[in-house]
Amino acid sequence: MAKLTLEGLRKLREEKKQSMDLRDSDNKNVQIVVGMGTCGIAAGAKDTFGTLIDVLAEKGIVNVLVRQTGCMGLCHSEPTVEVVVPDMPTVIYGNVDAKVARDIVEKHVIAHTLLDNHICDKPAIDIVK
Amino acid sequence: MAFKQYILVCGGTACDSNHGVELSKALKSELETAGLKDDVQIVRTGCLGFCEKGPIVKILPENTFYVCVGPDDAREIVQEHLVKGRVVDRLLYNHKQGKSLVDIEGIDFYQKQFRIVLRNCGVIDPDKIDDYIAREGYQALEKVLFAMKPADVVAEVLKSGLRGRGGAGFPTGKKWEFAAAQPKGQKYMVCNADEGDPGAYMDRSTLEGDPHSVLEAMMIAGYAIGASKGFIYIRAEYPLAVQRLETAIAAAREYGLMGENILGSDFSFDIEIRLGAGAFVCGEETALLASIEGNRGMPRPRPPFPAVKGLWGRPTVINNVETLANIPVIINRGAEWFSKIGTADSKGTKVFALTGKVNNSGLIEVPMGTTLREIIFEIGGGIKDGRQFKAAQTGGPSGGIIPPQFLDTPIDYGSLAKIGSIMGSGGLIVMDDTDCIVDIAKFYLDFTVDESCGKCAPCRIGGRKLLTYLTRISDGRGQRKDIEDMKNISDAMARASLCGLGQTASNPVQSSLRYFMDEYLEHIDGQKCRAGKCKKLVKFLIHEDKCVGCTLCARNCPVSCIAGSVKKPHVIDQSKCIKCGVCFEKCKFGAITRG
Repeated sequence: MAKLTLEGLRKLREEKKQSMDLRDSDNKNVQIVVGMGTCGIAAGAKDTFGTLIDVLAEKGIVNVLVRQTGCMGLCHSEPTVEVVVPDMPTVIYGNVDAKVARDIVEKHVIAHTLLDNHICDKPAIDIVK
Repeated sequence: MAFKQYILVCGGTACDSNHGVELSKALKSELETAGLKDDVQIVRTGCLGFCEKGPIVKILPENTFYVCVGPDDAREIVQEHLVKGRVVDRLLYNHKQGKSLVDIEGIDFYQKQFRIVLRNCGVIDPDKIDDYIAREGYQALEKVLFAMKPADVVAEVLKSGLRGRGGAGFPTGKKWEFAAAQPKGQKYMVCNADEGDPGAYMDRSTLEGDPHSVLEAMMIAGYAIGASKGFIYIRAEYPLAVQRLETAIAAAREYGLMGENILGSDFSFDIEIRLGAGAFVCGEETALLASIEGNRGMPRPRPPFPAVKGLWGRPTVINNVETLANIPVIINRGAEWFSKIGTADSKGTKVFALTGKVNNSGLIEVPMGTTLREIIFEIGGGIKDGRQFKAAQTGGPSGGIIPPQFLDTPIDYGSLAKIGSIMGSGGLIVMDDTDCIVDIAKFYLDFTVDESCGKCAPCRIGGRKLLTYLTRISDGRGQRKDIEDMKNISDAMARASLCGLGQTASNPVQSSLRYFMDEYLEHIDGQKCRAGKCKKLVKFLIHEDKCVGCTLCARNCPVSCIAGSVKKPHVIDQSKCIKCGVCFEKCKFGAITRG
């Protein structure tokens, strides 16, 4: 990619902002975000990530984007996973092992119900609008 | 089938024991009565952390937060809130008016956390520069390069009141001002990512979760002081953080956001990573510079300060990771916005790694001025296993031990100094009644003695002496006179040591002597350790009259030193006992005492 100019940076920011707001990149309107800081990885976030990919493939679901992020701060409940489904509240699940990861795909993404016993509170409001 | 609303009922242990289960049932039957069971899903959550005000109920998607909800409130919540759409005022959390230090509109009234430094952590993909750019990333750099003069940038940071988050709390703007005032020529910008306090991981998490914010801040600082070269000094034991930084630097270079003529301006800046071997003293700025230069990491006397004579004798600004992560937000939103958060002498927020005997350990960010009680009991969900809070420790080995009477002290630089601790870099360790104060002081001294570079005598010899006294006391060989000696040595170390490590190393000892003298005297006069941590002072005994001979203790003893046959009283062989306390915990008849 060529070096950005000032205008280039501004344009890129607008574009990316929109795609982040819509949470809709490449026709994927559902996002599953896995916390992959050292704490998350130590608690098994890589297994969680792998299971999510496997189960989605197994079910033939293509509209879900699984991505990584840093530590959300809920180290007591790692691995943590945020699930964003249109027309459903965005929730964060804690202690997501392979079994819970499968439940997230089957119950939350497919059946549109929230999972029992794993929801955590979002630690703070977002200052970036 | 799709639910329209969701009732989240906290399923944490504390809420459950407070009729949480009955509450769920009551809500369920009320929903059925109201004919809403296909529209509203009841979900049990993990612990929401607000155990003091449990049981907690949250209604989604509107995000209404009810506290202290009992089974009797179920009808009103369903009938009023869900059927008629009216919030049940009496169950809302009453925000203590006038106490709040955050004056930012839109903050959820029950939320104690406010994230500036961690704004992107847990939101963006740290390996994707586009994610960062989408969230105001490099907007501050753009602003300084094209709309601000270097002096304006320094003035803005000065006005924000931002103070160094690495421990000492020196005003960041001042540091920049000194370096900017030096004659033109080669200057350096250094990021101190040598996080070494036991139990602290704020900087690691920031770099892992949002590396670009630190890169952007370093470039802004470089522009402000006239530096074209930056170094990030980070310990090799943070491989993931290093890897994400490397990815971020490569991406920024590719986009032309780092390197020659950034965004087509006259400003050029490049950043290199330097790995440290993990010596605690290398977090001290002059030792850190020596280490970057390839020398042994040892501090040197100041002045000259690094802002005048730093890396290779050139003016150098050294800022900690968390300090830097604040910079882009200050530039974007302005010093005025930033200085509204916090207290008079401490602006903004502070990130803490909350660990120890607390239910919800984690990485938290709160406005300055938040009290320890709010952090430990509201965000942290209280003490583990329902035990008693004994003390909190801030600032790691350089900080003090804070007793329960100061739980309501607002956390800022001044208040913490007044009670004998320091802000430090952000380690916050919670202790309960099973922790022994002498043992804790010994632990920290053991650390600083190990990490002392040995250059100056007060730190090298004083630390060793303090540790000897503490070991003696915890072994039951202490004398009253030792306390006076410890006070004198601590005082000498604080005054005469060359660098921050030695000057603050005695803080755990001084503060514990100040607030927990009774416990020291118990060890010295009574040969007793009430927490049972000082092994030489602990003796486990089985009382014949209470022992029923169930054999549970003998079966669990890891060194098999308990003898006795079934239904006959057992006996501990004291010569073999390792004082692990397993028998004491296992006994169901209270037949074993710890003395």
